[in-house]
Amino acid sequence: MHREPYVIIGNSVAAMGAVEGIRSVDADRPITIISNESHHTYSRPLISYLLGRKVGDDDMLYRPPDFYDKNNIRAWLGVEVIGVDPRAGTLETADGRTIGFENLLIATGGKPIVPPDVEGAEAPGVFAFTTWDDARRIQEYIEERQVESAVVVGGGLIGLKSMEGLVQLGIRTTIVELADRILGATFDDTASAMARRRLEQSGVTVLCGNTVTSVEGTEEGLKGVVLRDESRIECSLVIFAIGVRPSVDVVRGTDIEVDRGILVDERMRTSADGIYAAGDVAQADLLLGDGKLPIPVFPNAARQGRIAGVNMAGGEARWRGGIAMNAVEVLGLPTVSVGLTSPGDDQCEILSELNEEEEQYRKIVLRDDRVVGAIFIGDIDRAGIITGLVRERIDVSEFKDLLLTKEFGLLSLPREYRKHIVSGRGIVV
Amino acid sequence: MKRIVAREEYCVGCRLCEIHCLVQHSKSKKIIKAFREERDSVLPRLRVEESGCVSFALQCRHCEQASCIEACMTGAMHRAPETGAVLCDTDRCVGCWMCIMVCPLGAIRRGPDSHVASKCDLCIGEDYPVCVANCPNEAIALREEDEVNA
Ligand SMILES: Cc1cc2nc3c(=O)[nH]c(=O)nc-3n(C[C@H](O)[C@H](O)[C@H](O)COP(=O)(O)OP(=O)(O)OC[C@H]3O[C@@H](n4cnc5c(N)ncnc54)[C@H](O)[C@@H]3O)c2cc1C
Repeated sequence: MHREPYVIIGNSVAAMGAVEGIRSVDADRPITIISNESHHTYSRPLISYLLGRKVGDDDMLYRPPDFYDKNNIRAWLGVEVIGVDPRAGTLETADGRTIGFENLLIATGGKPIVPPDVEGAEAPGVFAFTTWDDARRIQEYIEERQVESAVVVGGGLIGLKSMEGLVQLGIRTTIVELADRILGATFDDTASAMARRRLEQSGVTVLCGNTVTSVEGTEEGLKGVVLRDESRIECSLVIFAIGVRPSVDVVRGTDIEVDRGILVDERMRTSADGIYAAGDVAQADLLLGDGKLPIPVFPNAARQGRIAGVNMAGGEARWRGGIAMNAVEVLGLPTVSVGLTSPGDDQCEILSELNEEEEQYRKIVLRDDRVVGAIFIGDIDRAGIITGLVRERIDVSEFKDLLLTKEFGLLSLPREYRKHIVSGRGIVV
Repeated sequence: MKRIVAREEYCVGCRLCEIHCLVQHSKSKKIIKAFREERDSVLPRLRVEESGCVSFALQCRHCEQASCIEACMTGAMHRAPETGAVLCDTDRCVGCWMCIMVCPLGAIRRGPDSHVASKCDLCIGEDYPVCVANCPNEAIALREEDEVNA
């Protein structure tokens, strides 16, 4: 059987990272990309900007139109992979093809969690929000039905992003969050409260500790939702954004090890020879603490993809452990969160500074004299230095007192580390 | 191939580099106009850090493994194929600040008037970056690649 040297399932962040990784080692053997979405590779996080009409279709592309040609990629778009056979080294597509591979990367990302036990969740007017097509369908629905009010279920990142798109269209929006605060996974109480205030100032209603139990629709369309406390909200659009989980379907029934995601080692290898996984679908080592977990954020997907690609092509690259991090503007309020932001134990030391009037907040979480988490709201410009300290596990005991000062910068850092990052290879003039 | 290096032992903290950088990236490219009329809309792309008697000028290192490119969710942050410089395509940048979150040098800022990332572009089109050309003490210098790594 003919075997393709490199096959990638997926056409997004991890997949593009892998292409770049492969090409850094192997300049020419062909790469096959198979994706069930029919678009050229596009930026997933931009779908909220698209919804809010901040960017147009042309701006959605994550890599230029000639990227496939330039990299000798054959892209099969709109083709679903339904199974992988690790022993035979083949995969099968929904349209009945069997493809042999030497190296396979599974970069299938995540898929939205379907709300359990919500009556009427299949009604027209109820959407998920993770793909370009989702955004397009929502836009069409909004235009067709002249939607004026919407409910977003879930106050996490994707819930907030979809809310932002809706608000930009002038749609009255309510967020319903089960936990007692929004952005609970990445923010602490203070930061969540600041974000909430921003939302409320922009006319968004935030309901915490509550959820949608049923959706009321009629022939003419959606009428509203009923909440757990039996209250009712009128709306003609509902977006469920209660989380994503790794899309592991393609390896179901094989002996490839799966926990929450597909388990991978530090070179992004699964338990099967020649098969790799990267991005939101993968469950890889953590930077802080033991064990593995999927961390579905963009920078991790890009780096894991590249590492997988390098290794697939016979090079050598290793994953040093992932950490949750995000930069989100909450209706214009810049925020950055990294790592452990509200530790449950008392083994951590916390430095923080809050100025509520000016919407400025900075918090640094230390454990054993190392930064393990941080939140920046408002002035975020030098947050990256702190992220660097987290990633490099730098001992900060000598300059802890400087971390939150105005003057904090590279000069506050130990000379050795400073030299190391300042003289990193790369400036070419 | 040459690279920019910062030599903190030579930096006197005069901040001429910041001024030249600001003017270079202003619309008018004229110092008086830039400071009088454009002050709120343009920032220097590098910054001088100072603490006691130590100071140095810091701009993007155009890292070989650039975290900002990796974290950029639109593809705006990219490596220029001809020069290897890390550049932000401001038409495609939406100002999500992922790059700021991951730059270990803190060398990227939010643009002052436009919602895009602002960073060193190595003064495209000039023979030398203006910070290098105008540093009175050669504290910002261009060096051959192998000298730098030696
Ligand atoms: C609205 C929104 C906003 C976001 N904002 C941010 C943000 O600000 N910061 C951040 O860090 N992260 C953000 N994320 C998360 C980020 O987009 C993901 O971490 C990233 O896209 C993961 O990349 P990936 O390549 O692993 O998977 P994905 O981007 O999910 O791509 C998976 C690919 O696999 C394909 N695929 C899946 N199953 C199959 C199959 N069976 N057969 C064929 N093809 C298949 C899909 O078509 C797709 O091409 C956001 C996500 C969303 C939805």
